Amino acid sequence: MAKASTLFTYALRLGDDSLIIGQRLSEWCGHAPTIEVDLSLANVALDQIGQATHFLALAGAIEGKGRDADALAFKRDVLDFTNCLLVEQPNGDFAQTIARQFLFSHYQALLFGELAQSKDERFAAIAAKAAKEVAYHANLASDWVVRLGDGTDESRTRMDQGLQWMWRFVDELFVMDEVDAAAQKAGVGVDKAALRAAWDQRIDGVLNDATLARPASRRPALGGRKGHHSEHLGHVLSEMQFLQRAYPGAVW
Amino acid sequence: MYTTDLSGKQQADKIAEDPALVAAFEARVANDDFIEPKDWMPEAYRKTLVRQISQHAHSEIVGMLPEGNWITRAPNLRRKAILLAKVQDEGGHGLYLYCAAETLGTSRQQMIEALHSGKAKYSTIFNYPTLTWADIGAIGWLVDGAAIMNQVPLQRTSYGPYARAMVRICKEESFHQRQGYEIMMALCAGTKDQKRMAQDALDRWWWPSLMMFGPPDDNSPNTAQSIRWRIKRETNDELRQKFVDVTVPQAEAIGLKVPDPALSWNDARGHYDFGDIDWDEFYAVVRGEGLVAKERMTARIQAWEDGAWVREAAQAHAMKREAAKLAAE
Repeated sequence: MAKASTLFTYALRLGDDSLIIGQRLSEWCGHAPTIEVDLSLANVALDQIGQATHFLALAGAIEGKGRDADALAFKRDVLDFTNCLLVEQPNGDFAQTIARQFLFSHYQALLFGELAQSKDERFAAIAAKAAKEVAYHANLASDWVVRLGDGTDESRTRMDQGLQWMWRFVDELFVMDEVDAAAQKAGVGVDKAALRAAWDQRIDGVLNDATLARPASRRPALGGRKGHHSEHLGHVLSEMQFLQRAYPGAVW
Repeated sequence: MYTTDLSGKQQADKIAEDPALVAAFEARVANDDFIEPKDWMPEAYRKTLVRQISQHAHSEIVGMLPEGNWITRAPNLRRKAILLAKVQDEGGHGLYLYCAAETLGTSRQQMIEALHSGKAKYSTIFNYPTLTWADIGAIGWLVDGAAIMNQVPLQRTSYGPYARAMVRICKEESFHQRQGYEIMMALCAGTKDQKRMAQDALDRWWWPSLMMFGPPDDNSPNTAQSIRWRIKRETNDELRQKFVDVTVPQAEAIGLKVPDPALSWNDARGHYDFGDIDWDEFYAVVRGEGLVAKERMTARIQAWEDGAWVREAAQAHAMKREAAKLAAE
């Protein structure tokens, strides 16, 4: 049996990843290159907000201190957020957003595929539903990587720059720290390090179709899982949490 | 979301049309038949529809901005998901409406260019700012409520593709209206600050919502012809009255006061009497003088221009794939 505090953190990390990328994607709403793209980004955002709601509610239930998904989303400060650094990166141009989604959705697709087999039915149920959603996100993002990579000179340059921006955050996705190891040992969590080879294969396949080069390996940027974030997350939170902070105790 | 016809009196059509075709068309319309894209139609009918449907589509798309302004600041996860889904629905409405207008021979590109150049109009309501979370409630309740009043009759409008688009749109708008009212209910059941927010939103959105139905009937140049052609089924003033009659009791039920000292129930008419609308304000907003009109158009144009390289890339990629497929055959 894993300790409750381990499973709490495990659920929180999953919820925070989905919440922050959902929040980022929702910034696009009304501003995308075409109406069709606008609708598809909103779809992805909605799925991610839904996943966040489930994982954070589960974290709150495991913790047992009366915090629900909203309390966890809106009343924690940056040091207590455990999302990976990738999801908090700014949208940038459309290529940068797609680069982030591409790298992250393939990770989520592999992760949820495994997590759906978790011994803990609560995690397994959320992951099984989410696995279908993120498979679509991964396809959507891959299609755009190919279109932009093998489109015009400008789109190719931008797609390459988007990948360059995001690439330093890839390694963090697959790090197994003591929480991950304990959750995996208990049969609840996933061996994320073991997903890397399959992820590399998926990414390389799409980059090949897109006629893009894989960015060079570099020193990984880490820290998100322990609350040490980039400068961006504080701003994301200050916007997201504004009403709950300005009107403490109000019910909406 | 809906827009009423904001253009001036239309020029009489100068093209000579076969009187037999015109008579047959008028008879079909009078018989409540649907006109379909390949059917013959008078040029003025086509133009009126393109104007009205594209204006409606633009309103949906521009209307994403005032509400989109609050998605990242929604107060909890449920409200965030609902608002995101709602704004996404508005984008979907814009899409079907552009498609319906395209069946009349105008491209989406042309319509969008007309919006950006200022030639095409969109609903004046979106040129008012969303200041607080209560504005999201007020927009759903009042603006989408007014939209429903306008759109329900359009499900029987004479042009088939427009009528069919409207059936789906009305279903979604009805959900939007309810979620807006539910936001207001929560605020009115909340703290003093929340009630203040709710009342303030009603104060600011009430009159602009009444203006959404368009000019009064005695000053609505195109109404008579549009009603004869079954493009419109009820007049602006009839719809406005219906809206007031339905909405006032809803405000009272949650303890909000409609900001109109002249508002009173008239037993003899069986309707509410209400005060004069400031039509100077309405026409100023139609002219582009709404508080955030510049912000709205700047945001639309910027999204379009910033996205140009994406659209070009998608096209270039499709052409490359097509060429490769042909070469392989």
